[in-house]
Amino acid sequence: MEKRELTCIGCPLGCAITVTLDGGEVKDIVGFTCKRGKEYARKEVTNPTRIVTSTVRLVGSKTGACVVSCKTAQDIPKGKIFAVTAALKDVIAAAPVNIGDVLLKDVAGTGVDIVATKAVR
Amino acid sequence: MKYEIAIIGGGPAGLAAAIAAYDAGCRSILILERDNQLGGILNQCIHNGFGLHTFGEELTGPEYAARFAKQVLDRGIEYKLNTMVLSISEDKKITAVNRTDGLIEIEATAVILAMGCRERSRGALNIPGFRPAGIYSAGTAQRLVNIEGFLPGRRVVILGSGDIGLIMARRMTLEGAKVLVVAELMPYSGGLKRNIVQCLNDFDIPLKLSHTVVDIQGRERVTGVTIAEVGPDRKPIPGTEIHYDCDTLLLSCGLLPENELSRGMGVTISPVTNGPVVDESLQTNIPGVFAAGNVLHVHDLVDFVSEEAAAAGRAAARYLEQGAQSGAGEINVTFEGGPRYTVPASIDPKRVSDDLVIRFRVGGVMKNRRVRLYLDDEVVVSRKRPVMAPGEMEELKLTKEALAAHPDLKRIHIAVEEA
Repeated sequence: MEKRELTCIGCPLGCAITVTLDGGEVKDIVGFTCKRGKEYARKEVTNPTRIVTSTVRLVGSKTGACVVSCKTAQDIPKGKIFAVTAALKDVIAAAPVNIGDVLLKDVAGTGVDIVATKAVR
Repeated sequence: MKYEIAIIGGGPAGLAAAIAAYDAGCRSILILERDNQLGGILNQCIHNGFGLHTFGEELTGPEYAARFAKQVLDRGIEYKLNTMVLSISEDKKITAVNRTDGLIEIEATAVILAMGCRERSRGALNIPGFRPAGIYSAGTAQRLVNIEGFLPGRRVVILGSGDIGLIMARRMTLEGAKVLVVAELMPYSGGLKRNIVQCLNDFDIPLKLSHTVVDIQGRERVTGVTIAEVGPDRKPIPGTEIHYDCDTLLLSCGLLPENELSRGMGVTISPVTNGPVVDESLQTNIPGVFAAGNVLHVHDLVDFVSEEAAAAGRAAARYLEQGAQSGAGEINVTFEGGPRYTVPASIDPKRVSDDLVIRFRVGGVMKNRRVRLYLDDEVVVSRKRPVMAPGEMEELKLTKEALAAHPDLKRIHIAVEEA
């Protein structure tokens, strides 16, 4: 039996969660204080994921903005974070952009889109 | 120009205050914002984690700001961008300047201070060494990367483990820089635990507690930084120095409420929070002048800034209807065992029309505590707190029912006790 101590990143409470594993299988989760926390703990020991936020270059903005902020529309496997940021290097968005606009489809083979998080004229 | 309510600052506090004041019936509101867009610092906080409390989902800073800005626009609330407020007089005449109107004077019946805070600078930290290029506050670096589109350095040392420093450790890493270490003077981090996990641990960035920068090398540009361990007296211990070759030093050493305007108009400032001393209506010592958000005391979560500012907006609208209320029944909130201050600092039970949130921070890390709120000698709130830390703001709810049950109240007291 292996015990893993985690700090939940779901919200600022940062609950201390202990997960008991047996050969990669989750046996017990204690210390969470909400549903999100339990789910985070289960995922964190089996398939940890993160939302990635970044910026991409922007052309044609009337306000002079040269980058626009963006994020992965869903969480992606933690191990793919750098593959995602590498893929963003070559993306150039054209203004106007609205919140939620897809800037890159299926980033780094994750099946997840990159969407804008800011409206820019 | 005359307005019923003038709001100084169009960040999260100013926007939430404006919306709440409008919804409470006020139709003459002006927001004054010095940047070229509404939303304040949220515009450069492109990471997610905002809005869980308010919207039940995790938003990025720009998304959170956009939701509030939209509510302001939908209500037709007036605002002026690129407008710098120069001074406010005690009788609420605001002098401001911008490129289209020139110098303007605005007479307001009520003023809501929502200027936010700024970062503690190198000058305030007394770090020895040269003064080369390559030393930035974490927030400046954040603006450069996320708004201006520049990467300010390639090999980075960060002093201070405030949330912006932690966020920037990750952000710089994602943009291809190497973050060598985060050094923190105190024996605990000033940032949220979840930021240590997802910004440092995820990227194997070491956090060295009880360490500080003892030397900065480089004449034109930073070429290296030396850190050393500090003892309980926070003085460097000789022989513990570690050198890092780097081109950039980021400083994330605390935030200070920005109260030059408040001081200028005669608002009493707390030496603990560096923000105005306010009563239960978030009103300062000047009737009709309110404060909310990071200008009042630095928050960890924008959701609570919005919540607090909405209360200030409602209080300002109430002031317009009822005028100044006598402060004769004010009771100072007292505390022991941990809190360094409370917001509000005083409560007049007769003026309380809603449940009140009392917020405070403790002075050090404490384990296995119980927070009790006393009305006279009766405990009305008792909450177990396994861990309390200066980096995480505490809050207690004082219900209007509890207040109503104590008609001759003399004492409002918060005690942090051994659990």
